[in-house]
This record gives sequence, structure tokens and C-alpha cells, in this order.
Amino acid sequence: MSEDSKNKATFNVPIGPVHPALKEPILFTFKMDGELVEEVDFAPGKCHRGIEWMGMRRNPVQIVHLTDRICGICGVSHSLAFARAVEQIAEIEVPERAHYVRTIIAEYERLQSHLLWAGVAAHELGFDTLFFLAWRVREESMDVIEYLTGNRVNYGIVQVGGVRRDFTEDQFPRIEASLQYYEDIAAKLLKLFLEDKTIQIRCKQCGVMSKREALELCTVGPTARASGVAMDVRSDSPYAAYGDLDIAPVLPHHYLGLTNGDVYDRIVVRLLEVVQSVDLIRQCLANMPPGEVLWEKKYPKILAACKKATGEAVGRVEAPRGECLHYVRMDGNPSPQTWKVKASTYSNQLSWLKMLKGEQIADIPIVVASIDPCMSCTDRVAVVRDDRTDILTKADLHRLSVEKTRRLAQWS
Amino acid sequence: MTRTIHTPEEIAAVFTEKFGDAIGEVTIREWAEGLKKTPNRAVWIRMSRDIFHDAVQCLVDIDYPHLGVISGADIGDEIELLYHMWIYFGERGQEIKVTLAVPLQKSDLSIPTISDIIPGAVYSEREKQEMLGIKVAGIPDSRGLFLPPDFPEGVYPWRKDETGIREDMVKNLWAVGRPTDRPAPPVTPKEEKKKEHEAEPAPAGDTPEQSPPAEPETGEVKNDE
Repeated sequence: MSEDSKNKATFNVPIGPVHPALKEPILFTFKMDGELVEEVDFAPGKCHRGIEWMGMRRNPVQIVHLTDRICGICGVSHSLAFARAVEQIAEIEVPERAHYVRTIIAEYERLQSHLLWAGVAAHELGFDTLFFLAWRVREESMDVIEYLTGNRVNYGIVQVGGVRRDFTEDQFPRIEASLQYYEDIAAKLLKLFLEDKTIQIRCKQCGVMSKREALELCTVGPTARASGVAMDVRSDSPYAAYGDLDIAPVLPHHYLGLTNGDVYDRIVVRLLEVVQSVDLIRQCLANMPPGEVLWEKKYPKILAACKKATGEAVGRVEAPRGECLHYVRMDGNPSPQTWKVKASTYSNQLSWLKMLKGEQIADIPIVVASIDPCMSCTDRVAVVRDDRTDILTKADLHRLSVEKTRRLAQWS
Repeated sequence: MTRTIHTPEEIAAVFTEKFGDAIGEVTIREWAEGLKKTPNRAVWIRMSRDIFHDAVQCLVDIDYPHLGVISGADIGDEIELLYHMWIYFGERGQEIKVTLAVPLQKSDLSIPTISDIIPGAVYSEREKQEMLGIKVAGIPDSRGLFLPPDFPEGVYPWRKDETGIREDMVKNLWAVGRPTDRPAPPVTPKEEKKKEHEAEPAPAGDTPEQSPPAEPETGEVKNDE
């Protein structure tokens, strides 16, 4: 170690907790050694709403609509996980057609979530034309979701015992048109994201997490799969219609031939899952059985069945960001005795500690974004050194990231 | 990677043989959805706290588990912690859920940490400490997680006894009412419609001429049905 670096004092950089693009405000504290991140700590809970507490004072038919509002992106995942838990306790058999409706809407949710993430990732790198393209492409799935459920977010389609709306034959042409649209544009997206030199130099060997670390830190979803952990609830514990479909976890080595566990691999996994979702929706349309979509049309009867039920169960689904699970315990009262929600980011957050260590300050936005926590929480950065406090804004951090891209582009 | 896949019954047997009386109720459940009814299999094992740490190690020896979450239920005199874990993921439809449930007496709410075996568990353990007021012995990081720093001490949101959320901490939206100190909206209040005006037949006068032929028609259709 040179004299110079010995004299450098480390300093703490808090980032957050509030950022307008963020659903979950979070406070980061980085211990910096010059440009390098030495240690990371974070404090979530800046918008803890006590939803579980609220739920334990409501009945399952009410909670299903509360779960829609846990997350703005994975509305179906939460309500589906909760409904599955209650169905297991009350032994409610969901009609077969409802399983297919649930699968189709869940895959559309994955499409829009992954494309939203891809756009944001491009923006963090300063590649704004790609950001605009990804979000324009995403609109197609939002339009179809609105066409099918009536809403862009908070679809309100899942009910305990099935779904509240059927997807009818006359809607299939519109669905098919959107699948065709994504098939046509998939190759272009893959080329733009994966063969672009800027993205490669910024994302390869950046924010690396090994397979062992991914396992030990209990990571889930695309974050775990990008590190080579073959884990996908849809394939491991098939629910809804996934047991009938041809599906396997998407791993980076399928595309690249090897697994690095870096940010680039996380882009690969998410983009390939967009292609996979299109295929899954098509399989669903081809095999959709006829029949009812709700176990019981009269809601008071659903409620009565829930009230009588006693027992405990876990409803678990693969949300776009990874495993989402709801533990419910009913004891014969209208409201659940216990309700525990575990969203996918809950499991993935610890991986930041590993990924960010040793990275540069300009890499923080893209590494934080790479687990798709919603978005980088870099609204406001206060650099505390000795007694002086300099405030870096989100714009400053973003500028640093863009500058690094430009610099690298010049050198290469 | 070669791994032998055991059935849920075999996994339950491993635990009962190794730990004997310390294992309580064991239930094996199956739930299947879809046309093919692919089963999701689960083993729920209730056990005493003394063997819990060894039991997690025993599960790791079978297959390194994915810890989904630790959930906790306040059931009167006891708090039951449930460690939801999955093994054999990556094998199509072969995954098995293993839930280890550990009841803790409220007089002694302490449980050994498993973060030495599964480092990621520390996150969920921290949450249980602040939400249920249990004590995780040997936890490497015992700070709070989700609750704000000014949250009162000794209040645990998931508890159903006197240490739970107090009535005076709850803010009901409906009780907040409308603000009274705001300027009046720049809208002129609507004049109340007079009842006479509604009854005035001037515009309605045309309709009776049109409607008589329409009404009998619909009536006839109904009769045909």
C-alpha cells in the first residue's frame, strides 16, 4: 500500500431514504475509501405501512384487495399468493380455467415488470434512448392488462376461489397480437441490451455475487438465477397452470455459456424471461380448458367458507422479482390469526452488501438497481466528512454514472 | 450436481429418528393445482427449542435449504416461530417445503440464531425481534429493521397481548375529518333545483309521442320469450 492511500481517511456516505421513483424508500450508508465502497449498510422500513396489522383485522375477501395494493408492480403476485394460502386452509378447489387466467395475467405482469426494469437500468447507465424504447415497448403489455382486467395497476382480478373476470375467446386476437409484437421485437431488444459495448463495459464483472453467496443469503428470483442458482417457484413447486406448461428456470449460461453472477447476467436473465413469458402465455391460450372461473359466485358464501376454516398454509408464487410468499393462519374467526407477507425484495436486499463491496461510487446506481428493488434509492446523498456536509443530489449521482460511461467509451 | 431426492416421509423419519421425543407433531401435506395436478409437497415439523439449531444443521446435511421467511404467531401463552424452508429446488416439481415450528413460552422468549448456518437468516431474525419481542441469542446484528427509530420501546406490533399496538397508537383515517382551516374553494355553490322546474313538461312533452310505439314493442318481445 502506498503512502498516499494510507493517509486517505474513509468517510461515510448516506444515500436516501426518499426518492420519487422509489416505491420503497431506503437509507444506505456507504463507508467509502476514496472512490471504492468499503462497507455497506442499509435501513429499510421508511414506508412501513403495517399492512399485516391491518389485515389481521379484516376478512380474507377484503384482504385480497388489500394485497393488490402492497406493490404497484406485482399486484397479481401478492393477491395470488394470499388467495392460494386461504384456498389451502379452507380446501377450496379453484376451477381449472381460473388457473389459466391467473397464469396469463401473472405472465403479463412479468413482461411489464421486466421491461420497466430494463428501461430503468438503461437510464442508470445514461443510455436514455434505450430507456425510452424499453418503456415504449412495455406499454403494449400495460395496454393488454388494461384490456383484460380494466386497470393498468391494481388489477383486482384474483379472488379467493378463482378470478373475478374470465378471458374470453373474442379477447384472444388482441392477446395474440401483443405476443406477436413481443416476438418481433425480442431479437432487437436482446441485441441492443446485450451486444452494446457501453452496457458490456459497465455491467460485466460489476456487482458480482457467486452462486454460494446467492444460496447463503437466501436470494430469490432473477437475482439468484443470474448467479447460477436454478430456482424458480413456477418450475420447482408448480402452481396455477404452470404444472401443465413447458417451463424451466432461465439461467445465464443458457445464453452466454457460463455464469458470472454480475449485473450483465441479471440483464440476460430478465430479458430471456420476457421471451419465456410470451411462450408461456401462448401455451396457456392453446390449452385453456372451458368452464367457470370462480369456485362460488356469491361472495358471502366464499366468506362463510373462510370463516369456518382453521389451519395454516403458505401461498407461494414467483413474482417478477422472485419468490413472494404469504403465511396465513386461520382459527375460525373472520380475520386471520396471523398473516405474514414476504415480498421478493425482502430476500434480495442482503445481497447488496456483497455486490457493492469494492465497487466505485458511480456504479452504485446500477448495482442497486440490478436486483430490481424498484429503483435506485439515490434521491439525495449527504457526504459527511469531518464536520462538513456536502449534499449530493440524485442528479449528481446520476451524472457521475453517466460520466463514467462516457469515460469508458472514450478509452475503449 | 448429484443429489438424492427423498420423499417427505423419509425426511420426517430422519428428524424423528435423530431427535426422538424432542419432535412434536409432524404433518405431511400435499396441494395440487392445474390440469395435471402437479403436487406441491410439504412437511411441517413442530419441535422443542433445545434441538432446533441441530435440526437446522440436520436439514442442511440433507440439502442446503432456501429460507423463505420466518413467521411468528402469538397464540396466547406461547409465541410460535415458523421457519419456512424449501429443499430440492431446481428439480422440476420435486421441491419440498420443510417448515420447522418452534413454540416459545412467553416467560422465556429466546431462540438460538441460525445465521451461523444460513447467513441470510439474520434479516428475518431482526424483524422477529422487533415485531414479536423475542430474543435471538447470538444474532450478529440486533438492530431494528422496519420500525421507525422513535417507535416506543416494549411495543411489539404482532403481539396480541398488552405489549401489542395500543388503541391510542392507531390513527383512523375516518376520524381525522376534513380540515377546517382551508380557504373556501373558488366555486360558486350550485343553486338548488326547484321541484316545479323538474315537473315542467315542456321538454318532456315531445317524448310521449315517440315513446308509445316503442313501449308495446319491447313488451311483445318479452312476451315471446
